Amino acid sequence: MKTYRTLLRALLLGAVASALPVAGISAQEAATRAPAPTLQPPASPTKAPDADGFIQRWLILDPIRRPGSLADSAVQAAVKTEYFPDQFTVLPRDGAKVTVRDSALVWHAVDTRRYNVNLYHFAYALSKPTSNVLFWAVTVVNAPRDIPNVRLAICSNAASVWWLNGEEVIGIYNDRQATIDDGVSKRLTLKQGPNIIRAAVINGGGATDFCARFIDERGNPVKDFTVSLNAGKR
Amino acid sequence: MIRSFSGLLCALAAAPALHRFGAATVLLLASPVIALEGDPGIHDPSTIMVHQGKFYTYGTGAGLPILVSDDGWTWRRAGSLMEAVKGDRADVLKRGGNNTWAPDVIRSGDKYFVYYSAPATQPRSAIGLLVGTTLDPASPDYGWVDGGPVVWSDGVADNYAIDPGILRDPTSGSLWMTYGSYFGYIRLVQLDPASGKRLYPDREPVNIAINGEASIMIYRDGWYYLLLTRGSCCAGAASSYNIRMGRSRAVTGPFVDNMGIDMLQGGGKLFVGSGGRYIGAGHFGLLDLGDGVQKFSLHFEADLDRGGRSVLDIRPLLWQDGWPVAGENFAAGTYEIQSARTGTSLEMAVEGVPVGGPRARGPGGVGGPGGARAAGEPTPIPAQDAAQVGGKWLTGPVNARLSQYLVQAQQKWDVAAVANVGGYPGSPYFKITVAGTDRALAATAAAELVILPAFTGAPEQLWRIDQLADGTYRVMPKAVPGSDQSLALSAIGSSMPTLARFDPDGNRQHWLFRTP
Repeated sequence: MKTYRTLLRALLLGAVASALPVAGISAQEAATRAPAPTLQPPASPTKAPDADGFIQRWLILDPIRRPGSLADSAVQAAVKTEYFPDQFTVLPRDGAKVTVRDSALVWHAVDTRRYNVNLYHFAYALSKPTSNVLFWAVTVVNAPRDIPNVRLAICSNAASVWWLNGEEVIGIYNDRQATIDDGVSKRLTLKQGPNIIRAAVINGGGATDFCARFIDERGNPVKDFTVSLNAGKR
Repeated sequence: MIRSFSGLLCALAAAPALHRFGAATVLLLASPVIALEGDPGIHDPSTIMVHQGKFYTYGTGAGLPILVSDDGWTWRRAGSLMEAVKGDRADVLKRGGNNTWAPDVIRSGDKYFVYYSAPATQPRSAIGLLVGTTLDPASPDYGWVDGGPVVWSDGVADNYAIDPGILRDPTSGSLWMTYGSYFGYIRLVQLDPASGKRLYPDREPVNIAINGEASIMIYRDGWYYLLLTRGSCCAGAASSYNIRMGRSRAVTGPFVDNMGIDMLQGGGKLFVGSGGRYIGAGHFGLLDLGDGVQKFSLHFEADLDRGGRSVLDIRPLLWQDGWPVAGENFAAGTYEIQSARTGTSLEMAVEGVPVGGPRARGPGGVGGPGGARAAGEPTPIPAQDAAQVGGKWLTGPVNARLSQYLVQAQQKWDVAAVANVGGYPGSPYFKITVAGTDRALAATAAAELVILPAFTGAPEQLWRIDQLADGTYRVMPKAVPGSDQSLALSAIGSSMPTLARFDPDGNRQHWLFRTP
């Protein structure tokens, strides 16, 4: 029957589209993708870390295509490439656009409902590629006073490089699943006021996500700060 | 011939050793332990005392010779106890004889009590007491007061009153002495912690064991352990001396071995015997360094590298299934250094290359789809060494990290003893270098780690490796630059090694040294 065939075609197209999020997505399809189940737009000016200290508010840029090795030198070369102006210092607004290789990419402000940011959900909901990609993420940690002797502790699937206030503090490489406190920095000081965390997460294939928190000398989470997406200077 | 130590360094550096300890695994040692340095000759050493930063032990011989060390590694002679004794010890000599053997020593309150054997003709003997307030011969307060005889044997009673061993019971503060030898029984009496003499002089001593001498008790977790030495002494490499033990829930026994045999009927589980270059183990003493790190002292009748002379040794004390176990001092070799907590292993933070070179992934590994399947016998892939892959490594300092072990060159470490830089109880300091290179692990002023291009012998590049009660190891730099903090190699997160204060209750600072 015609209605049956139409229904069947729609179902098949839907199944194919689900399996191949990268290629040939129609505008209609893109417009109807459900929002990422674990992410939501921020609803408050600041956010506390969760009960285990994980930072749940981030600005994330649409993924940049980046096929290639996940080994140390290849990842370092990838993250040190300048894809757009001021990429190591920018603190963008939600919705801000940059142009990378003739593509318009958008910064998105998100809160995650979990301890981690599921980049697969993020990219899929936006009908963006999830494999062989590089994600830039930025956030601001506001400390009530100087907090010395803390370490940034992150997880990522897969490789990632992290900066605190412009200084590179973590790099973890090769294909890996996300395990909390997988990458840990040397001892750092969170300075009173805003501290900018910036990350570049590179995925090969499959799932991709990241998480971040600060831990103290004993490995316990530091929670005495708030998270925002501006440095309070505007 | 070598001074025993430096020649051993060369031999040991070439010999890989397996260090592995688990609930069901026997401790294996492929190469001999490194002897104490200096002049550790002694017979029947007392418990080692730590006093104002120095280590002291006393032994059999004229006047009760003293050995002292600044670090527990290099020992020297320092006169004898009797040189500083006031009084003529007439009562001791009346009960025993004018010999001085096998002392033990303990601190009680603000005093030190030394108990020593004063035998006449076997089995007639007395155990005498000396009382002092400091162990430091250079102190103006140094001197020993004759405390008279504490116990004695008259040739009739079933006992030969030699070889005192003292226990302060931590559960009650009570003080106990075991003593005796092969004639009759090993006996137990209670002492007065204030005077050092018998608390109940009219009570009969308790018989607790036979077939041994050099007895002493230790306590742990609700058990009292009686250790004694069995077999023959004093015959060089023919000495069958070995240390055996039983345990009891009560300080007064009965002490039973692991087969259920009472030590009064000759029971005794082996604690340590002969091995390697050492024959004839005797005279156990506990050396508790705090933070759950324990060692034991003993003598070996024959150190084969010192011409078969009797020497002091100090080894790690481990615990397994409620029994003490004799550990081995760390032996030089090439190792994987794995965190017992994270299961990831120390590596120099450079990009790894698969052993045998990169290859395509596919089912079954090499030979999968896209790979050619070779005909005939497979060719062994040689181990990866630094010469093969080190050309791409940074020439300057490199970070350290922890990673899953893949038998790669930057993950294998040569651990070699270093001469003339001192040590700690039982061992010299070691350098830890990327295998086949001079790139040395070092502590930084920020209490982190770095791998420096070359070893210079600076204190932050020297490592102390102590075996812990569970068989894993604690690794500590000799010094952290610009700091007096005592820190240990520690895992934080699964890929970050750092330095942190040693936590006896956790496992962040527990490391396995595995065959690479």
